[in-house]
Amino acid sequence: MPPAPIFATLDPDRAFLERAPLLVRDFVTGLFPPSLQWLAGNLLAVVVIVLFFASLFALLTLAERKILGRIQNRPGPNRTGPAGLLQPLADAVKTLVKEDIVPRAADQVLHFLAPVVLVSLALMAFAVLPYGRHLVPVELDAAVLYFFAAGAATELAVFMAGWASRNKYSLLAAMRALAQLISYELPLLLSVVPVVMLAGTLSTTGIVAAQAGWTYGVIPHWHVLTPWGAAGFLLFFVSALAESNRSPFDLPEAESELIAGHLTEYSGFKYALFFMAEYFGMTALCGMGVTLFLGGWQAPCAFLEFIPSYAWFFAKLLLLLGVFMWIRGTLPRLRIDQLTRFAWKFLVPLALINLGTAAFWQLSAGWSGPALQLARWLVALALVAGPFTLLGRRLSAGVAPRTYRYAA
Amino acid sequence: MLASGSAAAPFSSASVRPVHDEFHGDLLEVSMGPHHPSTHGVFRMMVTLDGETIVRLKPVFGYLHRNHEKLGENTTYLGSMPYTDRLDYLCSMTNNWAYALAVEKLAGLVPPERAEYIRIILAELTRLINHSGLIGFLMQDTGCSGTPLMYAFREREKVLDLFEALSGSRMMCNYQRFGGCRVDLTPAWVDSARRLVDAFPRFLDEFEALLTGNEIFMARTQGVGRLSPELAVNAGLTGPVLRATGVGHDLRKVDAYGLYPRFDFRVPIGAHGDTYDRYMIRVLEMRESVQILQQALRDLPAGPIMDPKAKLRGLRPKAGEAYGRIEGAKGEIGFFLISDGSPNPYRYRIRPPSFINLTVLEDLCLGHTVADAVIILGSIDIVLGEVDR
Amino acid sequence: MLGSGIIKGLAVTAKNLAGSFHDPARYVTQEFPEVQPQLPENSRNFPFLVADDGADPMGTLRCVACQICEKECPPQCIYIEKSKDKKPDAAGKLQLYPAVFAIDTSVCMSCQICVEVCPFDAIKMDQVFAIATTDRFNGLLLNREQLAKSNQYYHSIHPTEATEVDARLAAERKAAEEKARAAAAAKAAAPKPAAPPPPQPPA
Repeated sequence: MPPAPIFATLDPDRAFLERAPLLVRDFVTGLFPPSLQWLAGNLLAVVVIVLFFASLFALLTLAERKILGRIQNRPGPNRTGPAGLLQPLADAVKTLVKEDIVPRAADQVLHFLAPVVLVSLALMAFAVLPYGRHLVPVELDAAVLYFFAAGAATELAVFMAGWASRNKYSLLAAMRALAQLISYELPLLLSVVPVVMLAGTLSTTGIVAAQAGWTYGVIPHWHVLTPWGAAGFLLFFVSALAESNRSPFDLPEAESELIAGHLTEYSGFKYALFFMAEYFGMTALCGMGVTLFLGGWQAPCAFLEFIPSYAWFFAKLLLLLGVFMWIRGTLPRLRIDQLTRFAWKFLVPLALINLGTAAFWQLSAGWSGPALQLARWLVALALVAGPFTLLGRRLSAGVAPRTYRYAA
Repeated sequence: MLASGSAAAPFSSASVRPVHDEFHGDLLEVSMGPHHPSTHGVFRMMVTLDGETIVRLKPVFGYLHRNHEKLGENTTYLGSMPYTDRLDYLCSMTNNWAYALAVEKLAGLVPPERAEYIRIILAELTRLINHSGLIGFLMQDTGCSGTPLMYAFREREKVLDLFEALSGSRMMCNYQRFGGCRVDLTPAWVDSARRLVDAFPRFLDEFEALLTGNEIFMARTQGVGRLSPELAVNAGLTGPVLRATGVGHDLRKVDAYGLYPRFDFRVPIGAHGDTYDRYMIRVLEMRESVQILQQALRDLPAGPIMDPKAKLRGLRPKAGEAYGRIEGAKGEIGFFLISDGSPNPYRYRIRPPSFINLTVLEDLCLGHTVADAVIILGSIDIVLGEVDR
Repeated sequence: MLGSGIIKGLAVTAKNLAGSFHDPARYVTQEFPEVQPQLPENSRNFPFLVADDGADPMGTLRCVACQICEKECPPQCIYIEKSKDKKPDAAGKLQLYPAVFAIDTSVCMSCQICVEVCPFDAIKMDQVFAIATTDRFNGLLLNREQLAKSNQYYHSIHPTEATEVDARLAAERKAAEEKARAAAAAKAAAPKPAAPPPPQPPA
């Protein structure tokens, strides 16, 4: 076999960097007898995912604090190591040596299980994401279904934590978490349905493959660049914020109202596990968003394909995570009734209508000629913008900036 | 268990009663505070919840009580001045002024014109930092991860630098004296104050761009914690909380103390009396304060800063009583003094605006959720140093 | 349209995120131990006693133990014991001096009233803020030796104020000398059993 070029020539599939992870895998599994190679390969994937995302989590906590700091005109953590880079390490040491306090009245078993269950469920979601051209840990036909099932179960662990703590704030947080779960699971799934419908598959690899190719070599065929895809992406993004309990939907944790919500009675490493699970969930959802709408590991332009596919995936992932942090630094929190109203009266109808928009887009795929193409775009845009405006007006009825008088 | 319907607040306007039927389970009593992230100090709200809806709220305070009034009766008139810094520790300049005003009435002292100008400049700077800081804290209660608060504190730092350059201390200024002020302004100070004041509207614009039109913020605050003007007047509220209900009562206009009649400014009033109005009134008041500051820094006269009759030590006012009040950032801050001719006041009484504004808390919160109670409390603008004294 | 306010807010935070890297008006943080704060001249912290001669601080304290500051101090954190004997002060006049002068800085509230009431310009406000100690009782109770600092030090922290004080003290000293000389001249002119001169009222 001739040595593969470092950068892609004609076939990016053969580039050395693109294949590097596979070569490492083959090397490691090659150390095992052939009958155990499948097991070694899978275990290797598990270990790599856990280690990689745990270190990504550590970096993300630092990045979030740095970005929030800069948004707030502060330097952020900068005392531990050069530019604060060792801060995650210091945090880890701190949480590990802290006393683990379990309230006497708490349900001991559930109180212990909740963080464990949460982290394991959050980790499970990583199994089906296609990180690169050849990097799918588990090829599953119903990958999307599996992903959202694992994601929805995490909320159950939050409820466990809140209920088992036997703390009033935790209980309120648990109720909020359930209400939020029921409200936001629906728009999240509905915003994904058009993607599945158009790609014709529940497999994440298939969905990425459906977004392959470029027009003129520069405009990628990502779903987000179509009217229904853009709308679906926004719906997905907002629901993902809620699903991962991030600001402005961080109601279960609402630190200004419920102390720390379901985390009130957790300390030390259990608290760190919750924190980790929050970041895992956020990362997984962003990864799914990238896969479904942003073309997965596909490069944005044809000539940029020499950069390996996993680099593109993680670049997009980090971009989305950055937007999560940016939003956290900007927005206040919704109230629980407003949150559910927003989901049921705004996101769910829009997601349903978006299904129709996607169907129209698919049916009109055969329209050719500039006039018909223009009509196709206009109709689809109207189908997206019209309901958004109307529903938005209804949702924000009675809420508007005011003008003020002055006393005589 | 809850004794339902009992202990209505004295000015109760809302009547939300706990419901017991198959859809409503037991009520939940939560003690929010004294150690709670959003009670602005050591303050406690005993709330009774139906789901997340508040059916009863009992404010509990006094955790920070430190015998302020009795201390005032046992120290000299001058000795109480630094203690007034510690009442509302965000607004020491206005506390100083109100107390100085009361003693000046008692002792018959008249501060010279320049001192009055300096007092107005410092009071309006105090208003700026208090209002912007309060809005920051309110947003913190609403769930912004600290961003508006840090912006407000960034500007506050600049004002505190001015305070430090003038009085020597950033927060505990102890600057006003009976019959004038302690230190004179230098031209350099006036220049930097002018620069700060000229730059302040830009900060306000940015602050408003971040908050005023934000849909989430509007949804959280509009219609929340509605206060009727009748209740506000009957409960003796003052300051932005009162003006947000549409009552145009501002001591700077009503009493016309100091040299305020010389200044051209307006008093913004709200129409709904809800949390959003309380927020907006403060923003608009800051814009008016900038106007006052620009005029004051422009027209600042030369001259002495102390009444020549004033003496620092051994002040023994004639027997009598006096009440000095000014429009502080939080409302009417007043000092009532009775003198029996001795070096200490016979009675030293404070009218703390945030304490009196706090009395309507239950009326504002009934029927709202826990999340609303937190921002209603934030919009009242309390400082526990002043509430508990 | 729904969302416009949120987008405006996002723009503001993005502007601040970028601004904190290049705009000193936005990024106001000073990293403390590396960057020492530039305190304004008027800045005050805890009181110290002014000694005219830095080489012999205990012998040249301006304080004459009149105890006015002790009486006026609102939280009563000053404790003074008068000396039994008298020492000549800078003008050569015999004065009492504080045998014990202690300030409990854990009680002191830095209000500066002692400075304002002192008729001898003997106590002034310091600017040292790094005052943490491991002993919370004796470490914060400062005695005469710890409180005494030289006039040069006073000049270094409050230059304008110190120059004014020096000028005033010099003028007072000169006036006192002239008065003494006049009194001596009068005494020489008319040798009478002179009554002791009335104590100078503090200026």
